[in-house]
Amino acid sequence: MSLSPDAARTSPLARIDRPGQTFLLLLLATAVAVPVLNLAVPPSSPFHVPSWLVPLFGKYLCYALLAVAVDLVWGFCGILSLGHGAFFALGGYAMGMYLMRQIGDRGVYGNAELPDFMVFLNWTELPWFWHGFDSFAFALVMVVLVPGLLALVFGWFAFRSRVTGVYLSIITQAMTFALMLLFYRNDTGFGGNNGLTDFKEILGFGIQADSTRAGLFVASALALGIGYVICRLVVTSRAGRVMMAIRDAESRARFLGYRVEHYKLFAFTLSAVLAGIAGALYVPQVGIINPREFSPASSIEIIIWVAVGGRGTLVGAVLGALLINYGKSYFTTVEPESWLFILGGLFIAVTLFFPRGILGSLAGWWGGWRAGRRAARAPAPAPAPSAVEEPAE
Amino acid sequence: MSRFTHSHRRPSALRSLARLAVLTLLAMAALVGPAEAQPDDALRALLPALAEGSYSDKGNAVIAFAATGDPRVVPVLEAMADRRLYTLAADGSVVIADEVDGGFLVRDPLTLEEIGVVAKAELEQVKTNNGLRSTIRDALGGLTLLGPDPAQRLAAASRVFGSRDAGALPALEAAIAAEEVEAVRDAMIRARAAVLLGSGDQEQRLAATDTLSGYTDPEVRSLLAAMMRGEADPQVRAAMEDALAAIERTLALWRFAGSLFEGFSMGSVLLLAAIGLAITFGVMGVINMAHGEMMMLGAYTTFVVQELFRLHAPAWFDWSLAVAIPAAFIVAAAVGVAIERSIIRWLYGRALETLLATWGLSLILQQAVRTIFGPNNREVGNPAFMQGALDLGSGLTLTYSRMYILAFCLIVFVGLILMMKRTPFGLQMRAVTANRPMAQAMGIRTGRVDAMTFGLGSGIAGLAGVALSQIDNVSPNLGQAYIIDSFLVVVFGGVGNLWGTFAGGMTLGVANKLLEPWSGAVLGKIIILVAVILFIQKRPRGLFALKGRAVEA
Repeated sequence: MSLSPDAARTSPLARIDRPGQTFLLLLLATAVAVPVLNLAVPPSSPFHVPSWLVPLFGKYLCYALLAVAVDLVWGFCGILSLGHGAFFALGGYAMGMYLMRQIGDRGVYGNAELPDFMVFLNWTELPWFWHGFDSFAFALVMVVLVPGLLALVFGWFAFRSRVTGVYLSIITQAMTFALMLLFYRNDTGFGGNNGLTDFKEILGFGIQADSTRAGLFVASALALGIGYVICRLVVTSRAGRVMMAIRDAESRARFLGYRVEHYKLFAFTLSAVLAGIAGALYVPQVGIINPREFSPASSIEIIIWVAVGGRGTLVGAVLGALLINYGKSYFTTVEPESWLFILGGLFIAVTLFFPRGILGSLAGWWGGWRAGRRAARAPAPAPAPSAVEEPAE
Repeated sequence: MSRFTHSHRRPSALRSLARLAVLTLLAMAALVGPAEAQPDDALRALLPALAEGSYSDKGNAVIAFAATGDPRVVPVLEAMADRRLYTLAADGSVVIADEVDGGFLVRDPLTLEEIGVVAKAELEQVKTNNGLRSTIRDALGGLTLLGPDPAQRLAAASRVFGSRDAGALPALEAAIAAEEVEAVRDAMIRARAAVLLGSGDQEQRLAATDTLSGYTDPEVRSLLAAMMRGEADPQVRAAMEDALAAIERTLALWRFAGSLFEGFSMGSVLLLAAIGLAITFGVMGVINMAHGEMMMLGAYTTFVVQELFRLHAPAWFDWSLAVAIPAAFIVAAAVGVAIERSIIRWLYGRALETLLATWGLSLILQQAVRTIFGPNNREVGNPAFMQGALDLGSGLTLTYSRMYILAFCLIVFVGLILMMKRTPFGLQMRAVTANRPMAQAMGIRTGRVDAMTFGLGSGIAGLAGVALSQIDNVSPNLGQAYIIDSFLVVVFGGVGNLWGTFAGGMTLGVANKLLEPWSGAVLGKIIILVAVILFIQKRPRGLFALKGRAVEA
């Protein structure tokens, strides 16, 4: 991903590269087409998108946003976070708490004050951390604030003392594991094993209604588009170039006088916020959030989405998330036994044979081809292929 | 401990012979059963005398009856003292009867079998007076407290402790004087103190309280607490309070010791699980996410070996572990070397990529085992010598399986240390850990060292799997349950130093178990995780970091 020297100074729109423009156009088209084909086209038509597909697509878009967030820290800053599922889940829980409060007295126990699981546990009053979640605005603030603050505090501790590489990966994994254990406890106050579910409505719209689902789909597409543009602007900025320098040679960047921990902390926190937003959009569409989202295995899976699509390309992360999750939906219904073999094989094949992922490899070939043509035309020495440099760890 | 190692090392043929002998004896005893009717008849012949004649006649009959020393005498005499002994009006036979709805439930005095319910009119009570009851009590106390069987004497002592019958005191004194078995004597002294706790004399009560403060059983505690509530004398009351506090302190100490043992036991498991990981990480800078699956392979190897033993040599089952340990090591090590040669060696210098590739591998291995062996837990048996527990009293029991695992872990650890320090391979490994390019320049074939190291690390994981199969469920998820803890041990202890891993494993295990009673298991674990995360801030390269001159190390 070579940048022209003045990229940072050009207008924001010009800083979106060609794959990015294609992606944004496609995303826009999908965001319009899917709701229209679902709501306006009659079910008899072959172009009709069935209602059950809409939240499924919406879920994929949320995963794609999560993958973009992970690509920002891993692809551009060299931080292999094995705990990003935690930020995603925290955003999801914040949204889930709002949705739980919207149930009101329509729960099984008909208690207007307390969610069902609290009634079941014989609790008499709402825990303090549940207050405020009746308000959608408050929940939205929490969706951003909780993952953001956790990332800020965690990152501040970790980066300041120069915990890097494998050590960082392991403690991020320990973080999400600790949160998983915490959320599995009934006493913690988030529904324990079952998590939060049985939602009724969001902002007064029935959560099962086709129009609500279409709305959530559009919101997810919008969030993905905006998230992508933000990340793209960040990585093409001056700070983005320092981030890449840190990724490729952290000590050297530090010796040049850059405050490595500040850049890392910024990327990590921004990424956690995006992950939290993805989680918040994910929950109303799948209708449940439970502690399994915190499991270390889910967090590692995000990494493979990014790796397959192409680390350090952003669009590749989207592509990888869509492809693998579609594959997962397909194989777990058709041949459940085979899915873990495929996923495991992907991890190995990608790291061994395609370390740059689909998009990175394509860009490499394309660059090589163009360079070859240019070399054929003019005898001048060809510049290096314009692809992600192998990070030196 | 040494006694057990000794006994289980006896050749198995001898063992089975001994077992056969016991079985034969039991079978003979079963056959001889009816022949026992002889002494039964003798005892039964003495029964009618208990219900006939004057009180002094009955007294003599009681003494004669008790003189048989038969344990079945006890319920009869107890019933007689409690006025529950009757004669049936129909045939004059002696029975034990208890009042129930609609009459009296009649039982045979010797076998205690229920005969039926009869009306009150059909029974005649065996009359007793104070003198006779005292005779009975003395006979009863003397009979059992002075009986030939220590277990019976122990039971009698705890019976006196329960009833706190002052009448049993003389017999108790005599028994204490004569008793030779330490544990029984102890129980008798405890019983005497319990009886004296209710005496009218303040001095005696104080002395009894003092004696009881040395015991930690729950009964003593509840007895003291109950007596304290009823105690009028402030001095005795204060003494009882002190005694209770002393008991609580002792109990807390024992609980602490128990937690400590559990902690070391958990630490030993963590150490076994983490040490292979630490070696590979130290030498190659590679985090093997499939390490947990190597443990799983070890556990399943144990399962397969045990199945083979069950099929072909059930008598030798106790020796299955002796085969399983090398088998698990070889299987896991072979898989490890295969992984290193096929995947990891292409990824050197890219630690994070290795992490992902080995994670993929762990998914494949898990699913493969799930496909072959099924998703459910597999039953892996404990050999006989590992079953049961050592009871140290005061609620502290140490299970043999955990003690063996602790010992096994230490043996493996010492073996590894020796290998690192005394063998050429160990020397090469240390050289590569310290400075790879320099080691290479000195002619060490680093590629071969890497493969061997990875094999060794995986083999030890296989050994850990054998140990885990003895205390945990063997399922495809076995590895996942331990992998994060093992990572923490490695990160906490630091790499490239076996003692760091040792300290890390034991610290985390003990800390976990000491926190558990105070905070609950889950919260304790969370606290440990957070503590390690914070600890890493202070020492980013662990407790025992290797000192190097490179910027990144």
